[in-house]
Formats: sequence, C-alpha cells, structure tokens
Amino acid sequence: MWPMTWMNRTMTNPFDELRRQMERLLDEFNLSTWRFPLPAAGYPALNVWDAGDTVCVEAEIPGVSKDDLEVYAVGNELTIKGRRAALEGDNITYHRQERGTGTFTRVLTLPAEVDPDRVEAVLKDGVLTVRLPKAEAAKPRKIALKTS
Amino acid sequence: MATETSLQKRETPLAQTEPVRSGPIYIPAVDIVEKDDSLLLFADMPGVRAEDLDIKYERGTLTLYGKVEPRQDAQKTTYWLKEYGVGDFCRTFEVGEGIDAAKITAEFKDGVLTVHLPKAQELMPRKITVKTG
Repeated sequence: MWPMTWMNRTMTNPFDELRRQMERLLDEFNLSTWRFPLPAAGYPALNVWDAGDTVCVEAEIPGVSKDDLEVYAVGNELTIKGRRAALEGDNITYHRQERGTGTFTRVLTLPAEVDPDRVEAVLKDGVLTVRLPKAEAAKPRKIALKTS
Repeated sequence: MATETSLQKRETPLAQTEPVRSGPIYIPAVDIVEKDDSLLLFADMPGVRAEDLDIKYERGTLTLYGKVEPRQDAQKTTYWLKEYGVGDFCRTFEVGEGIDAAKITAEFKDGVLTVHLPKAQELMPRKITVKTG
C-alpha cells in the first residue's frame, strides 16, 4: 500500500472517526478509478494498439521531463526508461504521499517487427506516445495466387 | 508541532457537485506537503491541457478538475494492451482555516498540477526570543 498519513485535529467521536476512516479505506481500495500503477502491470502502465501500418504505445508518466526519459526500440522490443525526482528541501512534512518517485524501466515485446529508424516518440502533458511503423516484413500483404 | 492546518479528502464523492460528463472520472494521485509557510499539493493529471484545468476554492473546499478528451476512439481501436483508462480527473479537499484562500496559486507542468496554499499569517511559525534576566 501507499504510505499515507493525514492530520486530524477535529476528532469528536472516536467511533465516528473510525467509521469514516473505514469508509475511506474501502473507498480507496476501489482501484478501478485510482491512477496508481498496479504492481502486476509494472510502471508505467501502457496502452498499446494497432493503427494499421503502425504500432502505437502510450504511457502516462506525469512529472517526468524530456531530459529524464529514454526510449529505445531494438528489433521488436521497446524500452522506456525514466526517472521522477523526489521533492527536496528542508522542513517539509508529507501529509499524503501517493505519487511514486525514483527510476523505472519497462520493456515491452511488440506484437510485430518494427522499423527502428522511423520510430517517433512525443511527450506532452505527461503522456508519452510512441509510434512504431511496422517493418515491411510485418505488414499484411496480399498473396498472389498462381494458377497451375 | 501542532498546527490547525489540515487538508483532508472530502468524505462524500464529489460527483454530486461537479457537472459530470459521460465517461469515467479518475481520482488523481496526490502528494500533500507542508512547509513552514505553505502547503503544497501535487496532483498527477496526465493528458490534461492547462486550459482544461478547473481549480475552484469555495467555502473551504478545494476542487481540482481536469478534462481529458479521449485520445483514441476506444470503440474502433484494437488494443493489444490496455492497462489504463482515459477520462477526466477530479478530486476534492477540505482546506483548513489556516490557509490564506486569496493567495492560492497553481501551476501545471508535464501533467502535474501544483497548488500552493499559503498559510495564514497568524499560523506562520515564528521564533520566540528568550529573554535572559
């Protein structure tokens, strides 16, 4: 779980407070609406889809600047490496810490061979989009039928 | 060091007060950090454009809303991997009285919203000089 603390100085009835905290906990377990990287999936979470001649890979990596991000495409493997810096400074107290920091690497085996020379990656508003044109060999082609 | 400054997630879902568009609404992950003179709130809202952010402070409630347009037509797209959904972000906080509401500012960079909530003057830590007699 994510380390979380919150201050509460207006506690009147301890049972009310307990109930509210339980509700909040249950609320927070509703992972479908939470944007935390699920451990099984690795970070960053990816959406990958087929756009005809291109394989598109999209990742949400808020707070990672262009300089802290590396994208490699080798063969049919895509590697996304990056780092998100932690907040620095003296005299700071975390009341809530839900956002991860540190380095991450995710390697994805692509469903098709791609042409590494024509890969394009765009980072905008915390969303990375990588467009990987399929290699000639991987594109669908029509087979001419011979008649004997 | 006890201060009266608190910033808590609202108990009731905000969907009741926000105009809800169709589609899912996601709760952004946040960090809340206290410094000597202010609270800082960081919210991950990837895919939101700065002009599509709506930050409201009303009667002690801070609401963050980020509109996100679908980036693909989900119905027509063949996904090989779909590990996250795309939709608006919304989260609400109750801001304690120790915050100087008129001086709240916000900035947005690389998909991260930063809200500065300066503490009211009377809550600022101050050094007490000890007199020797």
